[in-house]
Amino acid sequence: MRTVVTGIGLCAANGLGPTAFWKNTLRGYNGIGPITRFDTSKYWSKIGGEVPGFEPAEHLQGRLLPQTDHMTRLALVATDWALWGAGLRSTDVPEYDMAVITAATAGGYEFGQRELQKLWAEGPDFVSAYQSFAWFYAVNTGQISIRHGMRGPGAVLVTEQAGGLDAVGHARRQLRKGVRMALTGGIDSSMCPWAWVAHQVSGGLSHSNNPEKAYLPFDHDANGYVTGEGGAIFVLETAESAAARYPVRVYGEIAGYAATFDSRTPGRPPGLRRAAEMALADADLTPSDIDVVFADAAGQPDLDKAEAEAISGLFGPFGVPVTAPKTMTGRLFAGGASLDLAAALLSVWDGVIPPTINLHNPNKEYELDLVLDQPRHQRVRAALVLARGRGGYNSAIVVCEYNR
Amino acid sequence: MTRRAVITGVGAVAPGGIGKKAYWDLLAAGRSATRAITHFDASPYRSRMAAEVDWDARREGLTLQEERRLDRAAQFAVVACREARTEAGLEFEKLDPTRVGVTLGSAVGCTTSLEREYIVGSAEGEKWEVDPNYTVPHLYDYFTPSSMSAEIAYLVGAEGPVNVVSTGCTSGLDSVGYAAELIVEGTADVIVTGATEAPLSPITVVCFDVIRASSTRNDDPNTACRPFDKTRDGLVLGEGAAIIVLEEYEHARKRGAHIYAEVAGFASRCNAYHMTGLHPDGKEMAEAINAAMTQAKVEPTDIHYINAHGSGTKQNDRHETAAFKRSLGQQAYQIPVSGFKSMIGHSLGAIGSLEIVGCLLALEHSLIAPTANLHEPDPECDLDYVPLVARESKVDSVLTVGSGFGGFQSAMVLRRVEEAGK
Repeated sequence: MRTVVTGIGLCAANGLGPTAFWKNTLRGYNGIGPITRFDTSKYWSKIGGEVPGFEPAEHLQGRLLPQTDHMTRLALVATDWALWGAGLRSTDVPEYDMAVITAATAGGYEFGQRELQKLWAEGPDFVSAYQSFAWFYAVNTGQISIRHGMRGPGAVLVTEQAGGLDAVGHARRQLRKGVRMALTGGIDSSMCPWAWVAHQVSGGLSHSNNPEKAYLPFDHDANGYVTGEGGAIFVLETAESAAARYPVRVYGEIAGYAATFDSRTPGRPPGLRRAAEMALADADLTPSDIDVVFADAAGQPDLDKAEAEAISGLFGPFGVPVTAPKTMTGRLFAGGASLDLAAALLSVWDGVIPPTINLHNPNKEYELDLVLDQPRHQRVRAALVLARGRGGYNSAIVVCEYNR
Repeated sequence: MTRRAVITGVGAVAPGGIGKKAYWDLLAAGRSATRAITHFDASPYRSRMAAEVDWDARREGLTLQEERRLDRAAQFAVVACREARTEAGLEFEKLDPTRVGVTLGSAVGCTTSLEREYIVGSAEGEKWEVDPNYTVPHLYDYFTPSSMSAEIAYLVGAEGPVNVVSTGCTSGLDSVGYAAELIVEGTADVIVTGATEAPLSPITVVCFDVIRASSTRNDDPNTACRPFDKTRDGLVLGEGAAIIVLEEYEHARKRGAHIYAEVAGFASRCNAYHMTGLHPDGKEMAEAINAAMTQAKVEPTDIHYINAHGSGTKQNDRHETAAFKRSLGQQAYQIPVSGFKSMIGHSLGAIGSLEIVGCLLALEHSLIAPTANLHEPDPECDLDYVPLVARESKVDSVLTVGSGFGGFQSAMVLRRVEEAGK
């Protein structure tokens, strides 16, 4: 059974919706800039990848606004776009044949901070009746299923920044078990002071506040990453389901998936390469079949080195084009790997590899063929997407061209 | 050959006692562990009761550093994991680590620590721009709960798939269901699964207060949670953890492991109705039950016991009673049903796994733990809820269900392995 992607809804600092995002990504448009959503004067980190121009009231009914965090609003709108793009109305599919599987990292954190403040500054009577579900990690799956009457399997996975692939892997599993379509992916946002404190102590954030110099994965000047918001939601269908409602745009096939973990057992190799190898095997492909790797691109020298070793070990030195369009959006936590997967699907669809920006001094010792500054126009038959989550999480997905 | 997922070890941290034995003693005696909250001053809140774990991290073998670094929920998980690991008799260091995974359920992660740190950094909510200078260095590990599944993975050296499943109050069923799927499909041979929750902090209490889901029987905390009783007035929060070692059947059989049961069927459905409300017809839960039973290849007459969600809210108990009738037909009246939340409270994401462990012990002991505090049956809830006193009964196949915020409805069939394939 083959799993295909027929709809993509996304939001990122450099584009709302796949068309704008792809156009801006190919021209190397950097969406990272000063944080505007809260006063950063108390924090040393002052830049991020905020999604610009998103007015929730333009897209969502008024009753949804008081009960949703910003990230849930983004997710609901991205879901609408994914369904529209797929030409699919949820009423067209039997209600139990639709699964909803999303990734999360911190839930509706800004909403949570507001309610914590009400509780502690004003008292228990001032806390919103929506707090019980607006913060918790399961909120996006619940709200998406309600909005579209999707009553099939529901799930939420948390693997820090690898979750945006793990959700898609689990959605594919549900299709294999018999559901016809799934809404899946990750959208995340934690642009509030209380989250910023956590990001600052995480140890991974860049200390530069220059949007051109802060997030430089695989560069000699790599010094950490930048936090962003957004991500992507996909319509996954069985190939049979997509074929039955021809004409429909099939972006590509989710051909392989695997997840591994880095234990702390002494002497054990890191698991990222193994995840990539397992995803390739799952797709029944070899490294020579892969035309581009969308790297996790942590932007921290030790993690960059480990990833470079995994890639050059598997594909040979300079053996495959490698790119990190997230240099334009920042890292999006549960949303990041999903946005990379969207870029990989668009790359396969469009026959062009998007660039990595801002790298002026890439580390040659990494032996990576980085796609820098300009897009590389070439056929992309298959792409490998890599993601890692704090603590040892590794995930990989292989997407392929889909020919009927 | 079809792969099967079986349970070979369990560990529990529950209100009323640490460890599997203490937990079972509580359930078998039908004793309720709900009480007035002692963790913090609960006087400003509407519901001031909980089923608390009496916890001394040092006595349970955690170091001072672990106690400081790990949220209470992670501490519970580590201690329950050690018990489950010992009980399973697996020498994890001799297993192929790439075939070992971890799937941990949790609904609210490290909320308790997050709230504590928030209070410090915001000067009790005085400042929107939380001060970054007074926080613990590991705050980010509280921020996202995958830090907890990582902790368990380090403990057992897992290098296969590791994750947290967070589907609110069904997390503890869904995590085990997810793990079973991975074993059956061949992704892993051993998965340390289960769930943990330590949600007892003011923000959690107030969440349930404001939607009036929790009981206000503050003058009688020990009998406050009364599932299926006419006088029930809401849930009582709880905390705890249950860790379950899930193993591929042949893997377990070859090493002669004790097998509690097979996870024979699992399904989850969304009700797509309301984030906190339940439609009284129980249709989606019934659908999940039917799907889990179909997967397990069992008929209603094969089910010997139903472990209910039984949260003790008006709408839940009515909802699932309807779901049992809808899915099992007339047979629903013949099957004993009981709810453990009457004794151990509602520990949100952890409860599903604690309930699984209770079901396994029912299989082991041929004894069905009762629904405590059920004195006046609600005419709308007219099944056999095993009130007050445990009942001796041969139990080979169990149905356990969960229902939660977000609309999640889950069902699992656990089956004694000798019975499998009959």
